[in-house]
Amino acid sequence: MADLPTSSKSAEMLDTATIRRIADMKGKYPEARSAVLPSLWAVQDKLGYLPTWSLEAVASQLGLLPSDVEAVSSFYSMYFNHRPGRHIVQVCLNVSCGLRGADELLEQLRESLELDDEGNTPDGSFTIEGTVECLGACGGAPMLQVDRYSYVDLTPETAVELVQGIRAEDGRRR
Amino acid sequence: MTESGLVLTRHHGAPDQTTLAGYERVGGYGALRRAVQIGPDEVAVQVKASGLRGRGGAAFPTATKWSFLPKETFPRYLCVNADESEPGCFKDRVLMEEYPHQFLEGVLIAAFALRVTHSFIYIRGEYRSQRELLERAVEEVYRAGYAGRDVLGSGWGCELIVHGGAGAYICGEETALLESLEGRRGQPRLKPPFPAVKGLYGQPTVVNNVETLSNLPFIVEQGGAAYAATGTEASPGTRLFCVSGHVEHPGTFEVPMGRTTFRDLVELAGGVWKGRKFKAMQPGGGSMQILGPEHLDTPLDFKAVADAGSSLGAGALVVMDESTCVVNVAMRLVDFYRHESCGKCVPCREGTYFESELMHRLEAGVATRSELADLSDVCANMDGRCFCPLGDTATWFVMSAYRRFPEEFEMHCGAGVCPVRYRQEVMV
Repeated sequence: MADLPTSSKSAEMLDTATIRRIADMKGKYPEARSAVLPSLWAVQDKLGYLPTWSLEAVASQLGLLPSDVEAVSSFYSMYFNHRPGRHIVQVCLNVSCGLRGADELLEQLRESLELDDEGNTPDGSFTIEGTVECLGACGGAPMLQVDRYSYVDLTPETAVELVQGIRAEDGRRR
Repeated sequence: MTESGLVLTRHHGAPDQTTLAGYERVGGYGALRRAVQIGPDEVAVQVKASGLRGRGGAAFPTATKWSFLPKETFPRYLCVNADESEPGCFKDRVLMEEYPHQFLEGVLIAAFALRVTHSFIYIRGEYRSQRELLERAVEEVYRAGYAGRDVLGSGWGCELIVHGGAGAYICGEETALLESLEGRRGQPRLKPPFPAVKGLYGQPTVVNNVETLSNLPFIVEQGGAAYAATGTEASPGTRLFCVSGHVEHPGTFEVPMGRTTFRDLVELAGGVWKGRKFKAMQPGGGSMQILGPEHLDTPLDFKAVADAGSSLGAGALVVMDESTCVVNVAMRLVDFYRHESCGKCVPCREGTYFESELMHRLEAGVATRSELADLSDVCANMDGRCFCPLGDTATWFVMSAYRRFPEEFEMHCGAGVCPVRYRQEVMV
């Protein structure tokens, strides 16, 4: 593989802190390619999603082809190629949650938040996902996860309150 | 054996178990010191004596797995499977959230016994806060000199790396996990060669589960025989079972293997909820076969559960009460497999698609009887013909449920609605 990109215009668009994080991770693994997933996380944490230019930037930082990186970003469901809502809400509909009313919970969220077909609220605050893996909190079913935190033992009503509460909290901060 | 008979949760109630200081106050990292004193071979001897079998689902004897590493091939790696995502399973979450240092000590003991220079903890992407908790614990471990160069003056050094996944159930399959860790799509590899011979970066690699390794501090500290004594000869040790579904108090319960029955677990969880009758249960996680009331007194023993036609799998138990529509449960599970199929092999990619489409039609009451026959046919063509266990197991629950409740499947055909739900709604 002769013509691997060593630097590119897209790399210049990444901020220096993210570039440094990628370089750190590259050094941590016996092989640089292992840093692809953590690098994509670093970029998504910064930008909220993974625009095409950022895949090229990661590829150039790690000495890979853009297609190598895109193959990865398109495989894993938690990487976004478009900007999602400010908060990602994952509603578990697997067996343990389904047995305890998760369908009704999602339905209630859909109605009260006026979600579009992609599960986004009109104000861009939330993306609600109902097609997720079992989220590993079956002891608190039904449950959902907002960004990195799990909320358990919910009812349709408390789920809606929870999401409205986060929206109100965001409003106060701005 | 400890007084309580507990292994994994023996420090329950002790303060600050998520910090190094708190864990050291209950003797934490004493087992790692002991391991360094007795040497890697003796650690392996104790693990063999413990009879410990893998807790990720396949129940392969841990010491045997370790022994497959070629003697003089270096570098070699340890990968910890923290990609817990089997439906109904949430024990590794508990072990990492509540006892992260016990887990990390187990990782380091295994790393020392195997003489690896790098240990990777592959944790699923959704466990983001748990990943960050582990990363903080790992920093403490480095500062204390339990990881990094020359651990405890032994001359052996080990890097400890927490690696976050990004949402792919298949990465719990060990070779897919290795692909993912190498920075690729999480698609399984052809076996053989097995990871022990050719794993991460083509080097000898051991892949162990979080719960498996969390047992090691106890085993090294108290001896393999003490661990074995907590269970029975055929099923040594304890397990942290996850009980969920239609019970009053879902949760995790550490119980001795072999001496405990499914009924005991259901009772620990407060019994079937709302005073309803028990209908069925799924042990082992989403991949495993359904069992009925006649199996409630089956002991949590590998062979006894296998003889009953299912498996203890990853240590989950999902309870279904009399109101449950098993077609609906099966539909949820096949939807899950369809979503998580990696697309590498045809029987799984096309089979799970077909299963899911058909189960939706069946649950809605619009499928015909001949479609139901097709379901059996397609499942028969998947089981044993898929590249990895995901596709095989995508047929196990639905087929076992069909065998157990044929009339419930058949009465959905052409009913126009889900007859189970309809009956409940009309009767209310």
